Amino acid sequence: MASVRLLVTRSGCTALKAITGHGQRSLSVSSAVLARTHVSYEVKDNVAVVRINDPTSKVNTLGRHMQAELVEVINEIWGNSAVKSAVLISSKPGSFIAGADLNMFQACKTAEEVSYLLQAGQKMFEQIEKSPIPFVAAINGSCLGGGLEFAIACQYRIATKSKKTILGTPEVMLGLLPGAGGTQRLPKMVGLPAAFDMMLTGRNIKADKAKKMGLVHQLVEPLGPGLKSAEERTIEYLEEVAVDFAKGLTGKKVTVEKKKGLMQKVQDFVMGLPPVRKQIYKTVHNKVMKQSKGLYPAPLKIIECVQTGIEKGNAAGYLSESENFGKLAMTSVSRALIGLFYGQVACKKNHFGQPEREVKKLAVLGAGLMGAGIAQVTIDKGVATILKDTTEEGLARGQQQVYKGLNDKTKKKSLTTFERDRIMSLLSGQLDYRGFENADMVIEAVFEDLSIKHKVVKEVEAVIPPHCIFATNTSALPIKDIAAASKRPEKLIGMHYFSPVDKMQLLEIITTSKTSKDTTASAVAVGLKQGKVIIVVGDGPGFYTTRCLAPMLAEAVRALQEGVGPKKLDSLTTGFGFPVGAATLADEVGIDVAAHVAEDLGKAFGTRFGGGNVEVLKMMVQKGFKGRKSGKGCYVYGAKSKEKKVNSGAEDILKSFKLTAPPAVSADEDIQYRLVSRFVNEAVLCLQEGILPDPVQGDIGAVFGLGFPPCLGGPFRFVDSYGADKLVQKMKHFEEAYGNQFTPCQLLLDHAKDSSKRFHK
Amino acid sequence: MQIIEHFMSLSLIRTVLLTAFSFCSAARSLSTSVHLQAQAKSKKTLAKPGVKNIVLVDGVRTPFLQSGTTYADLMPHDLARAALQGLLNRTGLPKDAVDYIVYGTVIQEVKTSNVAREAALGAGFSDKTPAHTVTMACISSNQAMTTAVGLIAAGQCDAVVAGGVEFMSDVPIRHSRKMRKTMLSLNKAKTLGARLSLLGSIRLAHLSPELPAVAEFSTAETMGHSADRLAAAFGVSRLEQDEFALRSHTLAKKAQDGGMLSDVISFKVPGRDIVSKDNGIRPATMEQLAKLKPAFIKPHGTVTAANSSFLTDGASAVLIMSEEKALAMGYKPKAYLRDFVYVSQDPKDQLLLGPTYATPKVLEKSGLTLNDIDVFEFHEAFAGQIMANLKAMESDWFAQTYMGRKTKVGAPPMEKFNTWGGSLSLGHPFAATGCRLVTTVAHRLQKEGGQYGLVAACAAGGQGHAMVIEAYPQ
Repeated sequence: MASVRLLVTRSGCTALKAITGHGQRSLSVSSAVLARTHVSYEVKDNVAVVRINDPTSKVNTLGRHMQAELVEVINEIWGNSAVKSAVLISSKPGSFIAGADLNMFQACKTAEEVSYLLQAGQKMFEQIEKSPIPFVAAINGSCLGGGLEFAIACQYRIATKSKKTILGTPEVMLGLLPGAGGTQRLPKMVGLPAAFDMMLTGRNIKADKAKKMGLVHQLVEPLGPGLKSAEERTIEYLEEVAVDFAKGLTGKKVTVEKKKGLMQKVQDFVMGLPPVRKQIYKTVHNKVMKQSKGLYPAPLKIIECVQTGIEKGNAAGYLSESENFGKLAMTSVSRALIGLFYGQVACKKNHFGQPEREVKKLAVLGAGLMGAGIAQVTIDKGVATILKDTTEEGLARGQQQVYKGLNDKTKKKSLTTFERDRIMSLLSGQLDYRGFENADMVIEAVFEDLSIKHKVVKEVEAVIPPHCIFATNTSALPIKDIAAASKRPEKLIGMHYFSPVDKMQLLEIITTSKTSKDTTASAVAVGLKQGKVIIVVGDGPGFYTTRCLAPMLAEAVRALQEGVGPKKLDSLTTGFGFPVGAATLADEVGIDVAAHVAEDLGKAFGTRFGGGNVEVLKMMVQKGFKGRKSGKGCYVYGAKSKEKKVNSGAEDILKSFKLTAPPAVSADEDIQYRLVSRFVNEAVLCLQEGILPDPVQGDIGAVFGLGFPPCLGGPFRFVDSYGADKLVQKMKHFEEAYGNQFTPCQLLLDHAKDSSKRFHK
Repeated sequence: MQIIEHFMSLSLIRTVLLTAFSFCSAARSLSTSVHLQAQAKSKKTLAKPGVKNIVLVDGVRTPFLQSGTTYADLMPHDLARAALQGLLNRTGLPKDAVDYIVYGTVIQEVKTSNVAREAALGAGFSDKTPAHTVTMACISSNQAMTTAVGLIAAGQCDAVVAGGVEFMSDVPIRHSRKMRKTMLSLNKAKTLGARLSLLGSIRLAHLSPELPAVAEFSTAETMGHSADRLAAAFGVSRLEQDEFALRSHTLAKKAQDGGMLSDVISFKVPGRDIVSKDNGIRPATMEQLAKLKPAFIKPHGTVTAANSSFLTDGASAVLIMSEEKALAMGYKPKAYLRDFVYVSQDPKDQLLLGPTYATPKVLEKSGLTLNDIDVFEFHEAFAGQIMANLKAMESDWFAQTYMGRKTKVGAPPMEKFNTWGGSLSLGHPFAATGCRLVTTVAHRLQKEGGQYGLVAACAAGGQGHAMVIEAYPQ
């Protein structure tokens, strides 16, 4: 399925080690200083070393408390004539400052309140920028958002060349903008194009790239263990080096200005021309509009702030920045994105406790697209994995897929060839059940056919040890039906991965009434190790994700039968915020899979899952139009031309199944809401029936697994923000034309009746 | 079998006792008595029942010269040949008395990939004496020597020549992979047209050569870079490194002037003068050393050209025999080669910590403690590497966290450590250094009247080696 790239994990926020103690308070501090909990400082050789450490969290964030202490400490430093320079460093191993405290903004009632908060931050950073003594930011770990804005206000930046050190402005992913001077300083520091790229994509920048861009001045190599642990010693070393540079800055031995190369000079000159800049603003604006369909306000505001600052000066720029941030913080889009951020964090935890045994050896059955993908993400995290197939061709294909997946990483330099080889050495490709007697978990990813799955369950249970968990990767078959063949159903669980497994973040875990809690805990632990965002749902046909998607695809087929072309259908869905259009999505999923699922779920749920005619899909499969994998689906693939061509064969089939579109419900907006309301209603029904444990997991599953518009935050947040009553009204209107496929479920009706009922607070 | 077990339990008890004693050394009076006891015990030979005594008859080396100087026009086997001939001259060994020759080398000259055989033939050894080449980075000749020990211990040979050679004045520089591929295809191209089209496919980028670097293949990090990080990890300052480098040069100069470096043979270089001295020994002042800029991590690193070993050309050779055979041939051996170990660890962050890991292991094997050792010869790759190893050996935390030991092994006392200079000053022809270390230990034991010596070295790949050497009764 299509991947949702808009929301990227803020890595570093979750995978942090516990804070190690760091002798951080010097003995000479006054009693007032002792009261400080987040910021401390000591003076070494006329250099004030300011150490940040939020004792209440794994990462440092710029909250009210932190800011207040920082202001206090910085004022003290300025008041101390013995201090000639300062170093700003975090005592936490994996985090410099991970950003501003989101709760601080969420607590605000109005845009003005938010703007006011930001102005305080802007002021603090401006003072540092104009500081009479130089500040050196010593960066190790995540330096994001407000943290980066703090760092770029300093005169000099040194970063460790560690994998954990990432710099970036991820605000845009939360529907916000860098609001503490970022939109003003970044363009001057790294140039307009690079600044736009950083702020509009929110991408993480590694230390060496940051050095090349001019975002940091100096890199420090991470150290191995010495007389202390590697992490502890690296921070100490970073501090030592930073102190040396701080002294160098005071003694004018180190210069802040980098010598500019010819290219840089040319670029500066070109950027100095107002018409060129104007053209850049325009190009970037158009690109943003094309990609965001105008559904995301933050990128446009970022362009506006940058433009204001450059064309009208700093004061106007800062004002525009704080005001626009305030406005953005009040938008439903920002709330939706922040909701997803918190949801994602919640879905990266194991709520079922520590499993009794850690899975150290995993076996995957079936080396197809899914099986090989699962094997790849498992060995990637250091777990020995058996990949078993029944044929040599199938196995070779699967092994090649794993190799290619890892090798592509070496091309992007995120992995060395040597690391690739070591990771590959954990994979054992085989055709027999050798080694299964030592497996802790088996994940089967064989063909979606109940009798084959039953055969596999029996074969595998004959060879695995008693503690071994059997997980089945199916997208629609009810787990209890598969478990019917099992002698140990408490050890059987569903693990529904999404394709491509190495790109898609979601894992849907399905438990039956017989699945034991430890089995669930173990499956979640494995999923988390594989880097997945996990939802745990109840059993039933299509579980949660497939069940939501099926009615929407049925509606899409109906729209196609009614004469809406695939391209039009795609533009309607992407226009609503889906990252991938419905017709393209069907091709990606596979028309055969869609047909299979539509038929199965149609049998299970009856006419509610009707709409489009399943025969359309079956006919397409018959003709070999299985979607992207077969080269033809709704579209024709293969040719290198950018423009996708509609498959005329598919069009002919659609014509032979033509339906007349009822004019009352066939306007563009109607089609959009017909698609979305069926999705949302089914999601709410899943919650009502207890398939879904809570709305948060429902939202995360829909967005991360199915590409539900991130700007809407998921089906449940959409109901909250759009209004259940309005949605019900629309559905009733559709119901008149089409019948029970649009009958709102009870829970949705309850929410429509009582507007105080909300899925999210 | 029983006897061996009995012996092992004995030596274990002794180790425990000695460690226990060395704990008490805070009390002065006690420590002297402990010392006496240890001394008394250490007079025992390390011979093991059922294990052949293997001896170092003698060892020689060519002068170690900075690469690009007098040896510049030679080839590696020329140097190796000089060392082998030197050994023959020194020992008066009949050429057909050698059963086997093992030689180490690191950067291979492709024309003489089995440099042992080429050098042996050239040095006039019998063409009936087989020879093979081993490689294990900076401990290649240690590997050559222990291979010899193995051959003798297994009863397969009685007299083996081991050695090592490194020639850094000329290293293989290859065409790029693309160019090599084109050239190899050119061999197979049958028609003129096919050849022309292949030649036409050559682009400018194909012509850029592949330069060899002293870098780890697995991590792509150069050794100097790793050494700088290692020094920083153990908090070794620039000053400490420069001081150690200066110590090495000063001691080497003293040893050279005092005629201690008797393993060096004179070598008439074809077309050049006779060379009879190492030419890299240059005691400078601390001020001069302090002026140098860091060579690898810039601008804040601490490893400089002056506190690193330099690129060196040189070769060494030793004659190893079973004690029986040596005595039968009328030799007076210099030392026994006793227990040895090879270790390996993380090639990224602990690349050069081999001595730290190897030392306690080999001591335990021999039932000795650090206090029993009279002579230490450690390979000095970088001053920072030596200092880091000394600090690691002094750290209980490191021993517990990374080596699975209860306590530290302790750092060697400096008055027993590399007192005739080391790789930093004498030079470091990678594969020739091991034999130099062993021969030096034997000579120092003779000169200083000590009983036990310890050789330890680190090597690329995150590997290491240590060997215990016992003086031959005089």
